[in-house]
Amino acid sequence: MVTRRRAMLAALLFLLPNLLGFAIFTLIPVGFSLLASFTNWNISQAVPLRWVGLDNYIALLRSEPFWLYLVNTGYLMLGLPVAIGGSLFLATLLSRPIRGGGLYRTLFYLPSFTAGIALYILWKKLFNPTVGPINYALDTLLMPLHTGGEAVFTWWLWSYVPQQEWMGALLDPPWWLAWTLVQSPSWLGSTQNLFALHPEHVQLNASQFGFGARDAIIVMGVWGAIGGGNMLLYIAGIANIPRQLYEAAEIDGAGAWAKFRHITWPQLAPTTFFILVMSVIGGLQGGFEQARTLTEGGPAGTTTTLTYHIYNLAFEEFKIGYASAVSWVLFSMIFVVTLINWRFGNSHVNE
Amino acid sequence: MSMSSPKAATRNALLVHLLLLSIAASMFLPFLWMVLASFKPLNEIQSYNPVPVNWQIGNYAEVLYHPHISFVKYYFNSLFVASWVTFLTLLTSSMAAFAFARLQWPGRDRVFKLYLATMMVPGVVTMIPNYVLLVKLQLLDSYAGLIIPASFSAFGTFMLRQFMVTIPQSLDEAATIDGASPGRLFWDIILPLSRPGLVVLAIFTFMGNYGSFFWPLIVIKTEHLRTLPVGMLFFDTVYGRQINLIMAASVMNVIPLMIAFLFLQRYLVKGIQMGAIKG
Repeated sequence: MVTRRRAMLAALLFLLPNLLGFAIFTLIPVGFSLLASFTNWNISQAVPLRWVGLDNYIALLRSEPFWLYLVNTGYLMLGLPVAIGGSLFLATLLSRPIRGGGLYRTLFYLPSFTAGIALYILWKKLFNPTVGPINYALDTLLMPLHTGGEAVFTWWLWSYVPQQEWMGALLDPPWWLAWTLVQSPSWLGSTQNLFALHPEHVQLNASQFGFGARDAIIVMGVWGAIGGGNMLLYIAGIANIPRQLYEAAEIDGAGAWAKFRHITWPQLAPTTFFILVMSVIGGLQGGFEQARTLTEGGPAGTTTTLTYHIYNLAFEEFKIGYASAVSWVLFSMIFVVTLINWRFGNSHVNE
Repeated sequence: MSMSSPKAATRNALLVHLLLLSIAASMFLPFLWMVLASFKPLNEIQSYNPVPVNWQIGNYAEVLYHPHISFVKYYFNSLFVASWVTFLTLLTSSMAAFAFARLQWPGRDRVFKLYLATMMVPGVVTMIPNYVLLVKLQLLDSYAGLIIPASFSAFGTFMLRQFMVTIPQSLDEAATIDGASPGRLFWDIILPLSRPGLVVLAIFTFMGNYGSFFWPLIVIKTEHLRTLPVGMLFFDTVYGRQINLIMAASVMNVIPLMIAFLFLQRYLVKGIQMGAIKG
């Protein structure tokens, strides 16, 4: 079998460069990382290297920061359904025969194509509470609210409050005037969030309700993703839906919403599933660039995601063993999502 | 109950355009603010008027010839590293893809499946060992440390393999009967026919690497080896209050991408639909 051996040799030669690099930079590191996660390895301290078994994993499950950062990672992923829904909405709009559709598509795709550190830094300036344009716009919008509130308050004071109690009412305004006290958020400097999550403990705290750094990152993320690759995938998906389905529905008198609900949405289900899986996998690993450029993980760690946590552990604190353990916990979460994809995913979507 | 009277259709089209225009505007406004702020003198940064009163075009020169931040060097580094990574990735990926798609050898499809399965390993798992490896190889803080680990893409192999599988098998048979070696087959027939796939992979690899942040951030310590994103971060860290200069730098970061985008748009759409998007 000379030809067979020659074929084998040729294949090996062609595979060699890629497989060699792959082995050195992916395969061996994966095994190495798993081993490291069971050790106390720390490159800054002269502690003898020791096998610690599951200690790192137990320690991380017991560490409150780990759970907080897991919550942060999940919180930032709240932007995913918004962005995906927005992409679908834009795709349906752009799939109609409209003039200038290509131009709109280009404009929508621009933020995602130019995404990167430069744009994150731009958003850092946009969110600046004192000189940024976002709060300038919000303050302008809130102005009538405040003026109106003052008027209502003055009227109430004059008409219903005895004069000797004015001082008390001024210092402690009634609850039903709370809406006039609404201020523009301080965004990247604020630990507030829409679920009133406490920044330092896994618990709720009413004073934390509002918009904060995490919401700012979500807004930026939605802006960047809404017209990106997902929109293009949806446009391609819609183009593949047989026209006859719509024509038949129109004969039956279906309106735009009915057509979307009963044709577009179910026909796009595989695309949506694929986008969702990819987004969740990306989201679990996400947040590093945003945290590093916008907030350095703060305030009070509220924008620290798992990836940023691993970065800090490994490259700031040099706890290689512990950081590896956290990365394997993250990997196992991604693995679960991948399994779901393998089990339920429609493999031809991605072709 | 058809509602599409001509009048209603025009009204609908108008509404759609209005909607699209307002979305396009909100996409574009941040860019506009960035460009306008980049022309402001420093004393106008506090002003809420987004339009500069005194246009200061010199901000751009000030950024380019900054005494402590050498953006020209960062541009060069980014282009240099991204070009090498793209070249090496295309080479290694197309060779491996050829072996998986066009050569017959025992166990081929099983090996390919195994190889694919490792694509889901996230970068956070491998980055710590890779960092330690670079320390041991003394490649930390060097171009090689940026280029080599990024040049072996399982994803690129996968994508090109999918592409090469679609090329008619009869071409190989004809070439083999004519006495062509696998090397000739690869170089003279399959590679030229895979050009569209190669172009898409090249664009995505180049763009991905040009914007790459994490790896350069941990590997590069020396100022003159910084790539553009890392240079941007340090510029903002040190001179962040000079918003006009930061924005000028951002504009210079984004403009080449916009130009590239206009030229590459049709490949991008194709690439995304081929599954070339990651994350």
